[in-house]
Amino acid sequence: MATQNADSHGLAHVMSKRMLIGIFLALVALTWITVGVTKVDFGPTVNLVVAMVIAGIKGILVVLFFMHLLYDRPFNMVVFVGCLVFVVIFITLAMVDSAAYQPSIDPYKTPEGLIKAPAQP
Amino acid sequence: MSDTESTKPGHEHPAHLAHHFDNPQQQYNAGKLGMWLFLTTEILLFSALFCWYAVYRAAHPEVFIYAHKFLDVNLGAINTIVLLFSSLTMAWAVRASQMGDRRTLVITLSLTLLCAFAFLGIKSIEYRHKWHEGLLWVSRYDPQHHDTHEGHETAHTQAATTPAAVPVVAAASATTQRDAEGRIVETLVIKEPAKDLHVGPTGVVETWTEKHEMTQGHAAKMGESPRLAGLFFSIYFVMTGLHGVHVLVGMGLITWILIRGARGEFSAQYFAPVDSVGLYWHIVDLVWIFLFPLLYLIH
Amino acid sequence: MTAVTTNHTPPSLTPDLVREDNYLTHGSGIMSWLFTLDHKRIGVMYLISVIASFLLGGVFALIIRTQLSTPEGVIWTTQLQFKLYNQMFTLHGAVMIFLVLIPGIPGALGNFILPLMIGAKDVAFPKLNLLSYHLYVIGAVVIVVSIIFGAVDTGWTFYAPYSVRTDTAVELMVLGAFILGFSSILTGINFIVTIHALRPPGMTWFKMPLMLWALYATSIIQILATPVLGITLVLLAVEKMMKIGIFNSAYGGDPVLFQHFFWFYSHPAVYIMILPAMGIISEVISTYSRKPVFGYRFVALSSIAIAIIGFLVWGHHMFPNGQSTLLGTIFSFMTMLVAIPSAIKVWNWLATMYKGSIDLKTPMCYALAFLFLFAIGGLTGIFLGSLATNVQLHDTYFVVAHFHYVMFGGTMIGFLAGLHHWWPKITGRMYHQGLGRLGCLLVFIGFNLTFFPQFVMGSHGMPRRWARYEPEYWPYHAASTVGAYIQLVAFILIAVYLLHSLFRGRKAPANPWGSGTLEWQTTSPPPHDNFAVAPTVDEPYNTDNLVYDPAIGGYVNKPTDTPAGPAAVPH
Repeated sequence: MATQNADSHGLAHVMSKRMLIGIFLALVALTWITVGVTKVDFGPTVNLVVAMVIAGIKGILVVLFFMHLLYDRPFNMVVFVGCLVFVVIFITLAMVDSAAYQPSIDPYKTPEGLIKAPAQP
Repeated sequence: MSDTESTKPGHEHPAHLAHHFDNPQQQYNAGKLGMWLFLTTEILLFSALFCWYAVYRAAHPEVFIYAHKFLDVNLGAINTIVLLFSSLTMAWAVRASQMGDRRTLVITLSLTLLCAFAFLGIKSIEYRHKWHEGLLWVSRYDPQHHDTHEGHETAHTQAATTPAAVPVVAAASATTQRDAEGRIVETLVIKEPAKDLHVGPTGVVETWTEKHEMTQGHAAKMGESPRLAGLFFSIYFVMTGLHGVHVLVGMGLITWILIRGARGEFSAQYFAPVDSVGLYWHIVDLVWIFLFPLLYLIH
Repeated sequence: MTAVTTNHTPPSLTPDLVREDNYLTHGSGIMSWLFTLDHKRIGVMYLISVIASFLLGGVFALIIRTQLSTPEGVIWTTQLQFKLYNQMFTLHGAVMIFLVLIPGIPGALGNFILPLMIGAKDVAFPKLNLLSYHLYVIGAVVIVVSIIFGAVDTGWTFYAPYSVRTDTAVELMVLGAFILGFSSILTGINFIVTIHALRPPGMTWFKMPLMLWALYATSIIQILATPVLGITLVLLAVEKMMKIGIFNSAYGGDPVLFQHFFWFYSHPAVYIMILPAMGIISEVISTYSRKPVFGYRFVALSSIAIAIIGFLVWGHHMFPNGQSTLLGTIFSFMTMLVAIPSAIKVWNWLATMYKGSIDLKTPMCYALAFLFLFAIGGLTGIFLGSLATNVQLHDTYFVVAHFHYVMFGGTMIGFLAGLHHWWPKITGRMYHQGLGRLGCLLVFIGFNLTFFPQFVMGSHGMPRRWARYEPEYWPYHAASTVGAYIQLVAFILIAVYLLHSLFRGRKAPANPWGSGTLEWQTTSPPPHDNFAVAPTVDEPYNTDNLVYDPAIGGYVNKPTDTPAGPAAVPH
């Protein structure tokens, strides 16, 4: 059922029922794993990395199979990956900057970590 | 590369082929590329919110570790499964439209719509709970009671030591100590007025409940500033709120496709609208796949 | 689309006049325009709207310059009144950027020319194109309406925390900008898909006219950057209305984060503004030097390079604003890099002109002005991108002068070049060349008189966005104001002769300038379906088979059926 339609009207690849259900079960399994893994504490950084890796795998499955990107014209994949590259650049540079200027803010923080709010009108 | 295979005889410009395209394949490829470009804008829209999350989590990790416990992991997990299932039914609907299977198309689209309703229903339960608890964004963060799901209640009964009953009045007291691992533990003891005040063999018996809560984390300060904790909920409401708006829009789109599909407008030669709405719906699912661990599974 | 071989009468012997049935006459009534799917009509509507917005922004500019004619202020003199001045420069910036510079060339000229340049019947998604225009109008109306509801006094940059504490109509204006963002995104999607899907056989990527490379690169930026502006503006409005603590430090927020979000869009946005203008310059210089563009691949790939590197420099707007020195260093370095592809283009345009047969028609005059003004604007960007000098120059008139040189001297001059170059194609009329050149000269003189003194006074410390100043800066401001009024005269002149041409101009031939790109192979103005006969595809700037025909005042294909392709006969 996964084969390209043979006649000239086949515009795109058709996903087989088996593949669809299989991917869904994989996604459910990964969800179960990601919830279960929170019972173990590897420390905040590793916890986050593990969660993001699992989410990333789930995302890859959704994009490649449910969204057909694996079977699609290559340029559509270029568009998607290119977009992610810019997201990573954006978030990384902002995070690096924020981390780098935190020390210069510290002297101005109240014990609660805030600048006290002015009386609002 | 433009596809310009000549149209086969008998297939010149079918009704669904726009006049500026040469053939259905060219039109389909163009529509697909356009949709992926649009999805790029959706991803970048959410990326600023993920950036906000990342910057604030790095700067205030204790806020996230404290406040995320107010979220119900079970509801979040159920919602995740619901959306994943809706992605399955949506992909199935695309397959059905590609095969010209109208009946399956209508069933799977209806199921997708149902899942979307369920998702929003569960979300609204969560939002209502937060509203009642005062767990809102930073300027309106006003928690009613500190139920972090890690506290526990113990019932106490104390036999009266004096003949005359001294009724317990509602009171709260807090003590801060370090526990065995050196973590700061703030114990809040709330005494509810006695519900059971009866005279026993030895005198008046009082009953009260004690609620203990623990504040964990490497915050060296004594407990959390309520406003800082509200930052988590600012992020929570904006991210899930924008996601919810996208779910709503998706429901509208799916309804539109459902009506058109029920009318038999789609076939193996023309199913691009189903495909496009499907792609949109999967992006909505994709965003939630990342939101769930980031908001609910921080431990 | 296959090339048609015929033995028609050589076009030089047939009167090549405006066909009665062209896109302008195809269907009448306001509804046939407001709900058209024809990219040419959409382009014309954009053109009218963009010009109207430019006039509105120009009026705000004249008010600003008038206010600054004397050190104490001419219109507003008290502290309370200066808030009105703040609103004036905010409006000037917002209108010029969001209503003129961002949508201008892609919407008004790109929409019209792009399908013609690739020999197509329309863009890939005509309905989205119409939606894009409608969103433009709605966004424009919302921004103008915000004036009534208190305008905005934050500057077009909406910096937090002031923007979330001021009592002016911030939410309305950002709503207008948000809507305009969608207009921009839809245009970008349309252009990329059109260039991918609708090129004719034979027009490979490196045989496209450079205008298409420029529009493609512009569209990449529109798609990647604009959504971030959208969400930033939404967050700003939510912060102001609901106090969620994202940008306002009083609630735990981070104002520098706003700037990161804002400039992630707004720096690439300036490349949205300049890249299409550079595309026009490629077309104009090649046409009026009668030479293909030198270093075609370098110019084409430079457009893409500018688009990509342009995403990596946004922090150069934030050097003294709380950004860390680590990031400042990174962004300063990247800013130096982004100048390189722009310089590559300038050298290639000069090389195109070398040993070319220069024809100083009005578009060429504007192109030459562009080279001069953009070079100054670009070079002064280097001063600003360097960390040490930036400390001195940040928020001074040096910055104001720099961005006016690149946005006005670059984009608007490019727009004027393109407008004059394609005017015959769009309207079917020729304008008066002498007046055209005079208008260019007046714009050039007025522009330099307005903005060059601003470099000097900026480096001497004159701050930007101030309603009054120390008397030592008076001569510079006075010169600047005089220049602004000269520009007013110049633009009135341009408007007059262009409008005059609509009614009394000589009817235009298909190819009045002897250009080699495809849009000149159809009549002026084109028919509804763009090409009566499918055009032949050749090297993009090949003019070997063109010969001037004095009978029609334009260029025609040589009479014989050459291997280069048959004549495209408008019948």
